[in-house]
Amino acid sequence: MSTTDPAAPEQTGAQSLVSSLEHAGVDVVFGIPGGAILPAYDPLFDSSVRHILVRHEQGAGHAAEGYAVATGRVGVCMATSGPGATNLVTPIADAYMDSVPMVAITGQVAAPAIGTDAFQEADIRGITMPITKHSFLVTKAEDIPAAVASAFHIASTGRPGPVLVDVTKDALQSTSQFRWPTHLDLPGYHPVTRPHAKQVREAARLIGEARRPVLYVGGGVLKARAWDELRELAELTAIPVVTTLMARGVFPDSHPQNMGMPGMHGTVAAVGALQRADLLIALGTRFDDRVTGQLSSFAPGAKVIHADIDPAEISKNRSADVPIVGDAKEVIAELTSLLRGNDARLPDVGEWSRQLADLKHRYPTSFDLPDDGTLSPQHVIKRIGELTGPDAYYASGVGQHQMWAAHFLPWELPGRWLNSGGLGTMGYCVPAAMGAKVGRPDATVWGIDGDGCFQMTNQELVTCALEGIPVKIAVINNQSLGMVRQWQTLFYEGRYSNTDLKTNRVPDFPKLAEAMGCVGLRAETAEDVDAVIDKALSIDDAPVVVEFVVHKDAMIWPMVAAGASNDDIKIARDMAPNWAQEDL
Amino acid sequence: MSAHTLSVLVQNVPGVLARVSGLVSRRGFNIESLAVGATEDPGISRITLSVDVDDLVLEQMTKQLNKLIEVLKIVELEPSAVHRELILIKVAADVDSRGRVLEILQLFQGAKAVDLSPETITIEAVGSPEKLAALMQLLEPFGIRELVQSGVVAMGRGPRSITDRSGRGERQKAIRLVP
Repeated sequence: MSTTDPAAPEQTGAQSLVSSLEHAGVDVVFGIPGGAILPAYDPLFDSSVRHILVRHEQGAGHAAEGYAVATGRVGVCMATSGPGATNLVTPIADAYMDSVPMVAITGQVAAPAIGTDAFQEADIRGITMPITKHSFLVTKAEDIPAAVASAFHIASTGRPGPVLVDVTKDALQSTSQFRWPTHLDLPGYHPVTRPHAKQVREAARLIGEARRPVLYVGGGVLKARAWDELRELAELTAIPVVTTLMARGVFPDSHPQNMGMPGMHGTVAAVGALQRADLLIALGTRFDDRVTGQLSSFAPGAKVIHADIDPAEISKNRSADVPIVGDAKEVIAELTSLLRGNDARLPDVGEWSRQLADLKHRYPTSFDLPDDGTLSPQHVIKRIGELTGPDAYYASGVGQHQMWAAHFLPWELPGRWLNSGGLGTMGYCVPAAMGAKVGRPDATVWGIDGDGCFQMTNQELVTCALEGIPVKIAVINNQSLGMVRQWQTLFYEGRYSNTDLKTNRVPDFPKLAEAMGCVGLRAETAEDVDAVIDKALSIDDAPVVVEFVVHKDAMIWPMVAAGASNDDIKIARDMAPNWAQEDL
Repeated sequence: MSAHTLSVLVQNVPGVLARVSGLVSRRGFNIESLAVGATEDPGISRITLSVDVDDLVLEQMTKQLNKLIEVLKIVELEPSAVHRELILIKVAADVDSRGRVLEILQLFQGAKAVDLSPETITIEAVGSPEKLAALMQLLEPFGIRELVQSGVVAMGRGPRSITDRSGRGERQKAIRLVP
């Protein structure tokens, strides 16, 4: 069934592609034209869809992700065949790992040329098969609308993810009648959103009996936009909460029940809560190795309620006692309504909460100021958050600055945090911040980047300058690949093999920023910090890059070494909480 | 570890086999055999996967396969289901040994000679994997020059067809409407 106007004129596949994007409600596409996709760029010229011409396809992909995370809508990127398409591979993989709804449209060589090693031919569908939720190769003009409609549906429903639509050049050039489908032919796609009532009842029963329960909250709660439901459940039961890297902000950090972020660089309270829990209520989270550490010693005394919209995540890493397949919003709401019932039992968590609050009080996320007068990166990031406020959007790169951002920015509101959690993509920050600013033009968007990450994708600042996308990027310059350097300090006897970026003056970041049409600022002392942040905040008609020259050897603590048990968390080098003396 | 047979119904579209086999390999699942072909519905193909894995791996494999958009249904067949495989074997057999090879074939229902040369006999055999293994063991001493196997296909016994059975680990998939 389709909406068919018998009098509808024939149009080219290229026009159908653009019409399809319009029908799908797309307002912005990030991309770069090239040979195979060229026909689509002609009707795009006249379309209501805004196209943002990026400087590298990777930037288009991460911008689409940033747009998607900031708005909750599907992000769209477009590239030509061959190298254009392969440049999208990293952001597609990134979106797959972090369940970001994205549609990537690529040109492909003409159908008869497929398989001939034609100019700019790459089997992008084959290449991206392991990193897409689904993909389409479209070789006929009449198939374009259904492929686009299906792609948007698949990308945005169930567990969100990237979908690739690869369209051959001859499909774009030939003509057909445009029919926007009202019905999708996806007989094998039926995500379960409504949880099984019996499982939810069993979960409620376990919660009622627990003495040391923890709400282990992941990015799925954010994707399901279930923060209100989460807060209601948490406050009804008084159960302590930990929010994973992907879930920062979904439950306010200032809330007394929030123990912070668990995992390799988690807080002592969050890691301790999971390790000593007798019940984990895992919501939209996947027991990632960066959270569990050594799996066999993770939360050894805990039963597990695991709710996720993706059945394959349940019992993948840690066996669940109560598996619940469903949308986090529905699961949490039903759980709350059961626990509100007259005959429901609520757990007595008074003693447990007091113990954890004490742990949180004694092991706060903190840092030492360098004694040589150089800048502390943690202080810089903290001040950016304090001077800007919780309503801004914050993107980050990957590494130490990402972990500091996760700890020290004001995580009070949901959906304000953009980072590459699963794939750990250096270079995510600048283009993701660009996408977020396009999606949220009235909000302040900061990128907290490292000097290593920044040099991977900073050319998108040219796009920002020319397209009027005034993001603010803080380059936390410690002149090295800081996270790797930290590991070399701790595990390789300080042998700093290839981690010194020599970025103390090359490149000159403010000058580089100016060359790209941005305002460039620099802070080197503690006295400069507030002034440059204020200055950056006062500029809203151009992108701003602020270089903060910081101490080289600041480390991110706490830390659980890779593969170690969470019980071996260190709060600083050679310093660990004494669990034997902790009354947990 | 235990042997399982999964019947996977998939949409008969280009690339679906690559999706299934790619998933199996990248998730590190070991499969014993894979056979694919069209069904009574030309729009649907059926993949028979034989695996020797423990229950947790089987569960994860089924769940991951179910996530593929083009997978319609996965049914685990019971051990009592009809399991069959076709093999072709080229066995060394000259005038002296030919008679003994043909004698062996007489003992196996479903095995017959389909080609003859002065030095070899080519045998076609259909049967359960166990039965075919027994046949091959007996033929081994003559010298197996070449062997090709179709992979196991299987079907549940009794009146119910696979479309009447509920899928493994999932609520029935159905066609969805876009709002």
